[in-house]
Amino acid sequence: MIAFLQLHAPALAVALPLAAAILLLALGNHAKRLAGFLFLAGLLSGACFAWATALRVIATGTPVDYVFGAPAGAGPLDNPAGIALRIAFRVDALGALCLLPAALLSCLAGHYSCASERVTTGGAFFRPLFLLLSAGVYGMLSTGDLFNFFVFLEITSLSGAALAAYRVDGGLATEAGFKYAALSSLATMAYLLGAALLIAQYDALNLRVLAQALNSHAPTALDTMAMVCLLSALLLKCGAFPLHQWVPDVYSRAPGGVSAFLLVSSQASLYALFRFAFALFPQFARLNGALLLLAGAFSMFVGVTAALAQHDVKRLISHHAVSQTGYMLLGAGAGLWWTAGAAGEGTLATDALASGLFHMVNYALYNSLLFLAAGAVIAATKRRDLDELGGLGHRMPVTAACFGLGAIAIAGLPPLSGFASKWGLYVTSFRLSPFWAVVAMAVGLMTLASFVKVFHSVFLGPQKEEFASVEEAPKAMTFPLVVLAVLTVLIGLFPGWTFDRLLGPAAAVLTGGAQ
Amino acid sequence: MSKIVKTIAALLFPACLVFGAYVVLHGHLTPGGGFQGGAVMATAAALLLVAGIPLASKHEGRYHALEALGLGLFLFFAFVGLGAASGSFFFNALASHGFFGQAVAPGPNPGNLHTSGTIAWMNLAVGIEVLGGISVILYALREAARGEGDGKAEGDGK
Repeated sequence: MIAFLQLHAPALAVALPLAAAILLLALGNHAKRLAGFLFLAGLLSGACFAWATALRVIATGTPVDYVFGAPAGAGPLDNPAGIALRIAFRVDALGALCLLPAALLSCLAGHYSCASERVTTGGAFFRPLFLLLSAGVYGMLSTGDLFNFFVFLEITSLSGAALAAYRVDGGLATEAGFKYAALSSLATMAYLLGAALLIAQYDALNLRVLAQALNSHAPTALDTMAMVCLLSALLLKCGAFPLHQWVPDVYSRAPGGVSAFLLVSSQASLYALFRFAFALFPQFARLNGALLLLAGAFSMFVGVTAALAQHDVKRLISHHAVSQTGYMLLGAGAGLWWTAGAAGEGTLATDALASGLFHMVNYALYNSLLFLAAGAVIAATKRRDLDELGGLGHRMPVTAACFGLGAIAIAGLPPLSGFASKWGLYVTSFRLSPFWAVVAMAVGLMTLASFVKVFHSVFLGPQKEEFASVEEAPKAMTFPLVVLAVLTVLIGLFPGWTFDRLLGPAAAVLTGGAQ
Repeated sequence: MSKIVKTIAALLFPACLVFGAYVVLHGHLTPGGGFQGGAVMATAAALLLVAGIPLASKHEGRYHALEALGLGLFLFFAFVGLGAASGSFFFNALASHGFFGQAVAPGPNPGNLHTSGTIAWMNLAVGIEVLGGISVILYALREAARGEGDGKAEGDGK
């Protein structure tokens, strides 16, 4: 039985949340308690199988293949014709690294949403959509197929847009959701066009087969067009400059639990951006590396300067999401630049990319912590303007402590996780050119200034009279905060372990360098 | 809408459904399939809505049910693949044995519906799902149009 579950874990991680979503859709507004149970069961079972796959990959060091519809255990090429003709999942060290935080956050954000969305109507749609979003994210991170990725990208885009608009919020959230849906469909159409250009040339959808076919000859003009379509689509979906305008609107208007998990779905696009840039188009490594470095530097700078002017607590954090994405692009851009370099630069490339990936994992944890904590504050006070909030540390000590830890991490202060990954990025980008490191450090300082302001104006100061009756968020909402805060501290204290066990192998998958 | 439109729409409604069902059921034999056939069937729902036939309002709940049913059926047949000996998710467990076991003959074929294993069943599931899904969207669009305050133009007789 265990062997059976282990064998089918990659498929079950996607299938079980989907099955739960369908059951919930059929339930509609009936049997509220059963619906709540099914929701959590769907999320937890999906996450368990995602974790099982990821841990298996990390423990054994070999990728896991799963071919849909084939006899059990068959590889993607195991058929009489010897061509990759079925949908295949492939979870390697990089996918496993991204699956771990994604699965954790789907459970935590779902648990949080159960409590935070109790008072709102429309739970009959909220729960299936959230399950769809998590199934889509697992699919994006597991698939080894160009078109299959498009399907999961569509699933996450549509369910994400609907979830962002879930609290109508005087039409503001609806507008944000519509903006997200429109821009996402632009991105997915561009992606589809890019995929079509590749399929038409190479008759292959499997990423590994495509990578081989693409790199067996000098790039054609159509390859270049496909690359532009695919990479710009993913750049839009991950919310990087210059296609970042949707990020503040969507993240700030979505409910706290949803923003925390939407951020994970953006990370899944970023994962694919890295994978495609490194594995499919290594012949453009210098060009793409330079573009990613520029996009990263601009994202960092534009995001943080926009955040400095914000007064809405969630909008401010959303602008920082853009800025933090810039750090990851910086790491990946430096890595990509070096993969095209001399033989001795292979380890540099791996280190730079690993730092970018490290920041991606840390960011997923601490930024969702910040979103969840801000959501708890907004739920308790019904206010989101920094000028109106204040002194909440007296009434909400747990939320305040967790938000404080998240703020220290995002500002990159030791000893929390943000410091470890930013340090890696400073060191590796300095080797490329001091310019990048200076930009990164300056942005780090501005992030610190911004979060000192937020923490001070929300939690510190004398207790305000209108908040005298405010109570600490319910345990179902503080529990995810505490888990994320503990993880942020632990990763910050043991960065070496994380780096050797998880990040080195993950980065080596793409750079091909020995760790 | 005028009596002529309503009468013609009522006459075309079953015809649309039958043609859509034909495309769905022959999905594994002819061009078309679950999605296309489901979309054709959903045009039947669109006809009733546009013509403003009172019956349309009674159908709305059923389309929600059909949507969930189609999705459930599809996923059920995907899970059936796990039950087969050395199968996998989406494994065609009905293929090569039993009533549905025959493969579809290449080229012109006699049109036997009971071929291709689970593929025929999955086409059916997709057809049901698409009929439900598109109709639900159409009803939502009607609600949105009503929300703009022009309820009279709808003339749906409610």
